[in-house]
Amino acid sequence: MNSLTVANRLAKNHFDLDEGEQHIVVDQEAMKHSPSGDWIIAVCPAHVYAREPDGTISVEYAACLECGACLAVAEPGTLSWHYPRGGFGVQFREG
Amino acid sequence: MAGDGAGLLGRIYGQPESMKSPRVNAHAVVSDVTYGCVGAPTRHSPNEETKGVVMLQVGQTEVDFDVIVVGAGVAGCVTAYQLGKAGRSVLLIERGSAPGSKNLSGGVLYCDGMQKVFPSFLDDAPYERKIARNLVSFVNADSSVTIDYRDARLADPVNAVTVLRAKLDPWLAQQCEDVGVFVMPGVRVDELLTTQGGDGLRVVGVKAGEDELRAHVVVAADGVNSFLARNLGLRSKPSKNQVAVGVKSVIALPQDKLEQRFNLSGREGAAFALVGDCTLGVGGGGFFYTNRDSISAGVVLRLDDLVEKGLKSSDIFEHFISSPVLAPYLEDGEIIEYGSHLVAEGGYAMIGETTWDGMVVVGDAAGLTLNTGLTVRGMDLAVGSAVAAAQGIESALEQGDTSKTGLAGYRQALFSSAVGADMKLYEKGPAFLERGRMYKEYGDLLADVLLHEFRVGDQPHQHILGTARAALKRSPIGLRDLVSDAVVGGRSL
Repeated sequence: MNSLTVANRLAKNHFDLDEGEQHIVVDQEAMKHSPSGDWIIAVCPAHVYAREPDGTISVEYAACLECGACLAVAEPGTLSWHYPRGGFGVQFREG
Repeated sequence: MAGDGAGLLGRIYGQPESMKSPRVNAHAVVSDVTYGCVGAPTRHSPNEETKGVVMLQVGQTEVDFDVIVVGAGVAGCVTAYQLGKAGRSVLLIERGSAPGSKNLSGGVLYCDGMQKVFPSFLDDAPYERKIARNLVSFVNADSSVTIDYRDARLADPVNAVTVLRAKLDPWLAQQCEDVGVFVMPGVRVDELLTTQGGDGLRVVGVKAGEDELRAHVVVAADGVNSFLARNLGLRSKPSKNQVAVGVKSVIALPQDKLEQRFNLSGREGAAFALVGDCTLGVGGGGFFYTNRDSISAGVVLRLDDLVEKGLKSSDIFEHFISSPVLAPYLEDGEIIEYGSHLVAEGGYAMIGETTWDGMVVVGDAAGLTLNTGLTVRGMDLAVGSAVAAAQGIESALEQGDTSKTGLAGYRQALFSSAVGADMKLYEKGPAFLERGRMYKEYGDLLADVLLHEFRVGDQPHQHILGTARAALKRSPIGLRDLVSDAVVGGRSL
């Protein structure tokens, strides 16, 4: 069986993107002085987070599977994470 | 959906049909409401048109419902169902556009409790397969040792079933609607409504966008991240060793192929649990479960260990589903979904306060998950806590006291039930399972012993005890570790 790439696995899911509200925000300044950046990149199964050449952490919130693993490892003040607005985000059809 | 101008109360109290949630059942719609009526908590007969009094005053607080349940997962639905069945007015709010659309589990539901709540569960509910075969594998880089446990007694009475939550949860929500619960999907609760009482904050309802909805009791069934319980200070943010991330795919496989491959007939199913190299040694394990015409396969990874080892959860997941142990089972399968879910693994230590003035916390939100090493349980604990919570709430409403004291019946019922007893019994389990040896060295040790037994060459064999002793000597596990693990493991699990 082909295990696919993360992007291709995510493409099998259904997402209703909320263009009006980004539910994840990284505090770049706080993140600079914290190991949390590497941690959230490591734990997120959807590759929502990536380190940019300038050292900041980019956020692809549209791919979020809404598990909260990033929030669980991020040090206080580095990451603002809540659920997308009602009806938006990932829609599991299997679960 | 989000931000419809009519407001939530508008959606509830007789709006043009077009404004109503498509999932609202006719009998659950409070059509001709006497707004602001004064009275005791409402009683309606389930399955009857609910009319009239829903806006009440008890003390100074007007309420829209007796109970508001936040989260239409297993815990939320079962709580709402029991209270609806008892004739209470219940609002069940779900942030997903349909119940189940945000919910994901590994897939095994130990179903005794569920059958007690819904006696027709096995006949009516959309579960996948009945688990009568459990396999536990210790996977090493080049070897694996598997225990294959089949037992007809696990099938009769049925002990566990596999489920897919996007299919199960809509059924649970439908059962709620059938007893008069108002199910409102597509709405995210942003915060709790509280008032300052004599003893501190009292929960009086919930806030969603601009809308405020009030109830005698709010049930936080909002899952493992429970922002409601956390914001109230009932639970602190768990430490990294108390949570794991589950990463799973559902893999479609034609039913006949699947049954042949796993040697299954009828609705029988199999559950595999794997530890060791399948997670590249990260604390946790792998699993794969048979559904009707698909397989749920994934890993559960303890976050502290993942971070410490600097490994990516997605890489471990790919390593797992491509491993030679799984390959023959997954051949020709097609990944149809990719999801993840946080798993509370702190056990008893992670259960925070479950009761507050005007609020109770149930299921994952209360930290009710249990990893006993061989079984991972969550949904059955959700059912158990929901049953206990409904009892506690019912008696609090009867007595007209929904303070923390009035709701104390929940915690009493919880800890006198099998759920509470098991949480207590396995209290030391998480600390034991954190011992790294569990995920690497023991698998190697087992394989070493078996290798010496099975390999026949020019070396004379030893008695198996001698082989084991020699293997142990080669292994990094000291005799002291082994004894300690046996004693502590025996006490903890």
